[in-house]
Amino acid sequence: MTVALSLANLVAVALFIYGLHQLNSPPTARAGNQLAMVGMAIALVSSLLQTQGVGWWAILVGVILGGTIGIVAALRVKMTAMPQMVALYNGAGGAAAAAISTLEFFVLANGNGENAVVSVSLVLSAIIGCLSFAGSIIAFLKLQELMTGRPITYPGQQVVNGLILLAILGLAGWFVVTLGTMPVLAFVGLLICALLLGVLFVLPIGGADMPVVISLLNSFTGLAVAVTGFEINSTLLIICGALVGASGTLLTVMMGKAMNRPLTNVLFGAFGSGGGSEPEAGSGGPQQIRSAGADDVAIMLAYASKVIFVPGYGMAVAQAQHSVKALADQLEKRGVQVLYAIHPVAGRMPGHMNVLLAESNVPYEQLLDMEDANPEFPTTDVALVIGANDVTNPAARNVKSSPIYGMPILDVDKAANVIVLKRSMRSGFAGIDNPLYEMPNTSMLFGDAKASVDALTSAVKAL
Amino acid sequence: MNDIAHLIQLLTVLLLAVFVGFEVISKVPTTLHTPLMSATNAIHGIVFIGAIVVVGTLFAGPTSPMLTIISVAALTLGAINVFGGFAVTERMLQMFKKKEGPRS
Repeated sequence: MTVALSLANLVAVALFIYGLHQLNSPPTARAGNQLAMVGMAIALVSSLLQTQGVGWWAILVGVILGGTIGIVAALRVKMTAMPQMVALYNGAGGAAAAAISTLEFFVLANGNGENAVVSVSLVLSAIIGCLSFAGSIIAFLKLQELMTGRPITYPGQQVVNGLILLAILGLAGWFVVTLGTMPVLAFVGLLICALLLGVLFVLPIGGADMPVVISLLNSFTGLAVAVTGFEINSTLLIICGALVGASGTLLTVMMGKAMNRPLTNVLFGAFGSGGGSEPEAGSGGPQQIRSAGADDVAIMLAYASKVIFVPGYGMAVAQAQHSVKALADQLEKRGVQVLYAIHPVAGRMPGHMNVLLAESNVPYEQLLDMEDANPEFPTTDVALVIGANDVTNPAARNVKSSPIYGMPILDVDKAANVIVLKRSMRSGFAGIDNPLYEMPNTSMLFGDAKASVDALTSAVKAL
Repeated sequence: MNDIAHLIQLLTVLLLAVFVGFEVISKVPTTLHTPLMSATNAIHGIVFIGAIVVVGTLFAGPTSPMLTIISVAALTLGAINVFGGFAVTERMLQMFKKKEGPRS
């Protein structure tokens, strides 16, 4: 460990922290990301110089392979698919930490080091890394719709998970007591148990809860990296892991608050499994629902003075963000004030909707978060709900028996008119009735979100 | 005993970094939460350096094909995080624009 390397690491850490600080506003964010890049370059180059060429070809293969995969994926990924992408990156970080610990284990087994700190951090990093990797892969499969987004539950689920956790703790204890010299087979068993637990703990979590899960897995990966830092005695890894862990934890807490549900309920509640039907919303829902045509809605929008768009996951699924911007442009041309109200858990990850709208060139000043949006609704002529459901459900305010009772929502029902773009009358992800649809000031515009918005745009143009 | 003093030093660093992390991240607006997550993905790509260190000790002695594969895997995964994370963050942040021209 030379002075130069420590100094390089210090500069890198400073750049990371200042870079993250710059993310505090959109105009400076890009510079922040670039500063962090510089920090990473400094840290990597100085570490590479330190190796004196040992294992250079493995490093080269890793950089070429990983760099190509990473950059190609980053350039190709659709903005609507960002949640999946971030899930994969979380998984990659976790897997890397677990792989490093596995390598360290074999170094230890060769009798190169016997140290309680190293053994404890090694086993922790292996376990957390595996959990994060396996959990992220399941989250990816759910988000990519390669498997059902509905919670997968079976009787005795928590008991099975508990038993696996016990096995992990037992094996980990054995590992620490023997200072990392347990049989290889037992270590492999430990890894397999941790992977299994990662799979099983994400399986019962539904798609609508993905913002929480992705944030949580992000913090797990950060934790795994920080613990890896203890294992190889690197303050650089400890600090970076801690920053990522803090970020993930903070986002997890925010998402939980935005849904007014404790984390335990998200993780173990199997929310949205559609267990019981909710008979509280009165009789014969469909009769009371008004469906409107694109032309009527277009007139309403064109002669409004203020319109608020409320995007949700449905907008992402239909890839409708560019159409929404086109409609907003038409309305603004006619002097209508256009705003966007974004619920913290709209979409499948924190900030998902903001990125989609940014992609279609919506200026970020028009994107309002919940606290800023709600005072606007009473003076709004039309609230246009595009593929959002539970986050606009007034039952959260006043129906005590509703599963989402107490969740802060966007008060779209307070707007003079509410237009809901929806594919069909199927209830939302959580399988909860939405009384918003039956309110006298609400009209439904059925169809694919993108097709409906495009129809509105041409209808407004034709006026 | 020295080991314990060293451990406490590392724990101090961890604790301070956690506090700094909370402080800095809590200032990030909701609009930027997705780029924030991908940026943290890039930052935890720092495990790449962990992989370099471990590979360094491992390859100094005799190794097996299996360990070689795990090493390359760890390095590749770390590199994916670093390059992919920064690239995708950059791509997203480019899209966050101010309103063009003065309007009303």
